[in-house]
Amino acid sequence: MPSPLLLETERRFAEYPGAESPMRQRKVSSNGVGIAVSEWGDETAPPVLLAHGGFDFAATFSVFAPILARAGMRVVAFDQRGHGDSDHAKLYSWGADLRDTLAVLDSVSHAPIPIIGHSKGGSLLTQFAQAYPHRVSHLINIDGMPSRRRHPDVSNHERSKLLDKELVAWLDHRRRSAELVRKPGELEDLARRRGRMNPRLEHAWLCYLVTRGARRDTDGWRWKIDPSMRMGGFGPWSPNWELQRLPGLTPPLLGILAVIPEQLGWETRERDLRPYLPRGTEIISFEKSGHFVHIEFPQEVARSVLDFLS
Amino acid sequence: MSDATVAWLIHYQSRLALHTLRASEAGHPLLLLHGLGERSPSALPAPFEAWPGSVYGLDFTGHGRSDLAPGGGYTAEILMGDADVAVAHLGSVTVCGRGLGAYVALMLAGGRARSVRGAILCDGPGLAGGGPQPSSPRIIHPDPAAVGTPDAFALAELSSDVRPPDYAMSYVRQAMHLGPLERPITVCAKHRPEWLEAVVATTDTEEASLTEALDYYASARPTEESDAFGRHA
Repeated sequence: MPSPLLLETERRFAEYPGAESPMRQRKVSSNGVGIAVSEWGDETAPPVLLAHGGFDFAATFSVFAPILARAGMRVVAFDQRGHGDSDHAKLYSWGADLRDTLAVLDSVSHAPIPIIGHSKGGSLLTQFAQAYPHRVSHLINIDGMPSRRRHPDVSNHERSKLLDKELVAWLDHRRRSAELVRKPGELEDLARRRGRMNPRLEHAWLCYLVTRGARRDTDGWRWKIDPSMRMGGFGPWSPNWELQRLPGLTPPLLGILAVIPEQLGWETRERDLRPYLPRGTEIISFEKSGHFVHIEFPQEVARSVLDFLS
Repeated sequence: MSDATVAWLIHYQSRLALHTLRASEAGHPLLLLHGLGERSPSALPAPFEAWPGSVYGLDFTGHGRSDLAPGGGYTAEILMGDADVAVAHLGSVTVCGRGLGAYVALMLAGGRARSVRGAILCDGPGLAGGGPQPSSPRIIHPDPAAVGTPDAFALAELSSDVRPPDYAMSYVRQAMHLGPLERPITVCAKHRPEWLEAVVATTDTEEASLTEALDYYASARPTEESDAFGRHA
């Protein structure tokens, strides 16, 4: 949601070339947790569901989604719990994200529809398609295909990284969590901070995201994301589990891979995936893109998606 | 009847009930962690009467008198965080867990190794969790009509979480390398799901009766203070 409290000097940041505010916004209750839903396009058009990556929010689709909408789709994106305008929950887990996804999908269609996820959202929707194959007509995974290399924006990363420092840091963080607040700053400061994790994205785009994903408090701008959430973490998880389930996937799969490595990327390569891909899977590698392919190349990704769906 | 008094602890947005089952100035405290769907005892159970120090029982999130988490999201790691909030309140403790609480006790012994003076793992509900490998992906729908504790989400989520043996072993290693005691973990449980079988298979993890384990940890001194303490009979 655009902040109603933009200063005169900040108004220019609320616009970005090609970016459009959602046409409809609403909340869906997932067992009492309010999940914010944004929609672009005609409400009666064929729907498609979008899931963002970890620490992102639906407004990161503000350029990509309108392209699909103009091509005749009802584009439905949601903020994962704790992210964007969704409620901050007491607890977060992969299973909870799956339930929230289903709650949103139930509010859109009970017939199978295409679903598109980026990064953690791609991984989440892949698992959704395995749990509920009857609800998914096509799966499009944007740089969220399992990789043996890295998985940084999923809270459960490789077990070998379970180190004392990490455990103690996490437990210390939980002890402090009731008092934690996100660090306030000027609008452009937040954009610069995010830029450290998104070095390939334009400052103007990141400023635009601040006007959507942050709010102005009396002491400055703060990202809306739940301060109890943190990058990294640990838990019982292995990328092999995801890889081994991949061959059994039901809906047709389009995998979009970013070739240029970056901090938040997973560095998944087609040759590593190939043995696990269901027959007919399409893989498109974007040689000139980092992890945020739909932000760096929105037109091209949308074209690939539309070709795949037709 | 209940002589227990309750201290309220805060873990993020949840209020947790820590029950004092016995207050004592002697020794260090014993922290009891209940099994899945259980709650802290309201009075000191007989097996723990011989413990010289204070005895506390924690209600995990979604259990007993602690808060529910609407919409769920329960993980064993979060319960480790619950137990660690109790450690922040109590200081160095010996921890004794039943079932799910045994798994959490192991995690705490590895995660907060320097503050845990022994973890005793006992039989109880929720010991196996969802097994060593993930099940087929699924979306759980706990009873929407359920009210109060134990939280239906906790029951569903904490009986299906994956507990790989090598994941459990990473906590054992932390406890062995960083904990103050020579024998940081004692297994009393007869039921041995795969994660617990792996824990037992390590040479430094002892098997003992609950009485022996309590006796050992009541008197065990940190290795820095005494290199000489040997295996307790």
